[in-house]
Amino acid sequence: MLAEQDAFEAERQARLVKAVYVYEAPLRLWHWVNALAITVLAITGYFIGQPLPSVPGEASANFLMGYIRFAHFAAAYIFAVGFLGRIYWALVGNHHARQIFLVPIWSAKWWGEVLYELRWYLFLVSEPKKYVGHNPLAQLMMFLFFTIGAVYMICTGFALYGEGLGEGSWASSMFGWVITAVGGNSLQVHSFHRLGMWVTVSFVIVHVYAAIREDIMSRQSLISTMVSGWRMFKD
Amino acid sequence: MTETFYDVLRRQGITRRSFLKFCSLTATSLGLGSAAAPQIAHALETRPRTPVLWLHGLECTCCSESFIRSAHPLAKDVVLSMLSLDYDDTLMAAAGHQAEAIIEEVKRKYKGNYILAVEGNPPLNEDGMYCIHGGRPFIEVLKETAADAKAIISWGSCASWGCVQAAKPNPTRATPVHKVIFDKPIIKVPGCPPIAEVMTGVVTYMLTFDRIPELDRQGRPKMFYGQRIHDKCYRRPHFDAGQFVEEWDDENARKGYCLYKVGCKGPTTYNACSTVRWNNGVSFPIQSGHGCIGCSEDGFWDKGSFYDRVTDIHQFGIEANADKIGATAAGVVGASVAAHAAVTALARARSTPGLDNKPQSGDK
Repeated sequence: MLAEQDAFEAERQARLVKAVYVYEAPLRLWHWVNALAITVLAITGYFIGQPLPSVPGEASANFLMGYIRFAHFAAAYIFAVGFLGRIYWALVGNHHARQIFLVPIWSAKWWGEVLYELRWYLFLVSEPKKYVGHNPLAQLMMFLFFTIGAVYMICTGFALYGEGLGEGSWASSMFGWVITAVGGNSLQVHSFHRLGMWVTVSFVIVHVYAAIREDIMSRQSLISTMVSGWRMFKD
Repeated sequence: MTETFYDVLRRQGITRRSFLKFCSLTATSLGLGSAAAPQIAHALETRPRTPVLWLHGLECTCCSESFIRSAHPLAKDVVLSMLSLDYDDTLMAAAGHQAEAIIEEVKRKYKGNYILAVEGNPPLNEDGMYCIHGGRPFIEVLKETAADAKAIISWGSCASWGCVQAAKPNPTRATPVHKVIFDKPIIKVPGCPPIAEVMTGVVTYMLTFDRIPELDRQGRPKMFYGQRIHDKCYRRPHFDAGQFVEEWDDENARKGYCLYKVGCKGPTTYNACSTVRWNNGVSFPIQSGHGCIGCSEDGFWDKGSFYDRVTDIHQFGIEANADKIGATAAGVVGASVAAHAAVTALARARSTPGLDNKPQSGDK
């Protein structure tokens, strides 16, 4: 039962909310595990290239760089296995789960909606369209910067990891070709992998901003959708 | 002209009696029985030692300088008893036409059975005129000599990758051996120079077992180039602990901490320096306090500073490293997002009176 004051307010201001179940539980779990893994990867990755100030004491009593690298590799495994699981879920999950893998680039209508969204972000139209899943622009960005980006980071990352495991290891056998492909000197792969980290950081900034902004501006739920799975349309 | 192993043993004062004893003992220890002893003796008496022709292209002779300092095996043993180094213009006594005649002779007598060792590389610009060998462009001599060889050894980073003469802008178009010879097995022994023991080790392996050592993806012998300097570096515990030389001549440098932060290329360099070391195992660059410059890696001269960990990359037409490019990009994105948020807030404040008072119907 609502209190009298609340009942009065609800009477005056409530509006009909439509809700659609968009993101299934495995996908939501993946999203947050993945977000955590990317955070750990970016921070530890930064400090692998630019290590923290030296620690005092005996070498045998310290393992700072070792722990940082361990965290990086552990998070990388979680990220990679999670990505494989995500691909599996794209196959067996609902059609929203396929959005970031399949982009309808042959559809003129879809490109038209990408342009519409772009105009919305440039303040040229006053109302955004509402979408149950990703809007077309978001879908394109997710594909370019997350899906392609993840494949790129997994390939370059495990190529470098394979150097430590040695030739003949699974990582070297599967991803060692990356080093040969960029000319054979893995220093290049280190630089390119690091650039990938910065691209990911930029993506995360835009991703978080767009989610918060759309949550407020487009009058549909965004952030809570990735928690509960339900998309609310507020009017 | 070329001696057999038996000839060499006799020349070094070993009697036939001792030689036959050795053959019997070898047959027994290999579990082959007494019937195999005459076969072994026959093989050693008749099989000629593999001739090696050693050509010099565009190079600095540091590979030869390294080679003659080999301690295990001694270079003199390699040259005088293990292999038949028939031609090497910097080491041989003959000169001029006499010397050049040897190449022809070996090519004819040992067609398909000699090893060609190449130090340096052929420059291709101006029809190869930047390197003249016996009055002809080196590229011609190289191709001719390679045509009848069993295998080719690319000595050093010059023959393997191109090295400094191939650094940007590579005015002479110095080109590594594997980019001009395609139909022969090529063993790359990179380094500037390669370690002496690695050089003699590769040659000894090929002559003893009569086969090419196992090579990695890039054509280097796995036994010497299978691991990075970093993997076997004696300063590795300081790396794992997070103890680095922060700047040259600081207290950490005196303590022998890891040189990673001052640009050591050990983590990206495949070579045997940290295990075999140099000058009869005395030391190697990291042991003497300087980071590895990655001299055995492809393009080490064009991959940014020797003293930076995150090195400059040139793919974007600017001199900046991944952190400068990336942090700038992230900064621009962050600033754009902030500006966009501000514009959004202003536009919204102007168009609607309050967040939750959006009219139910009407002036959309």
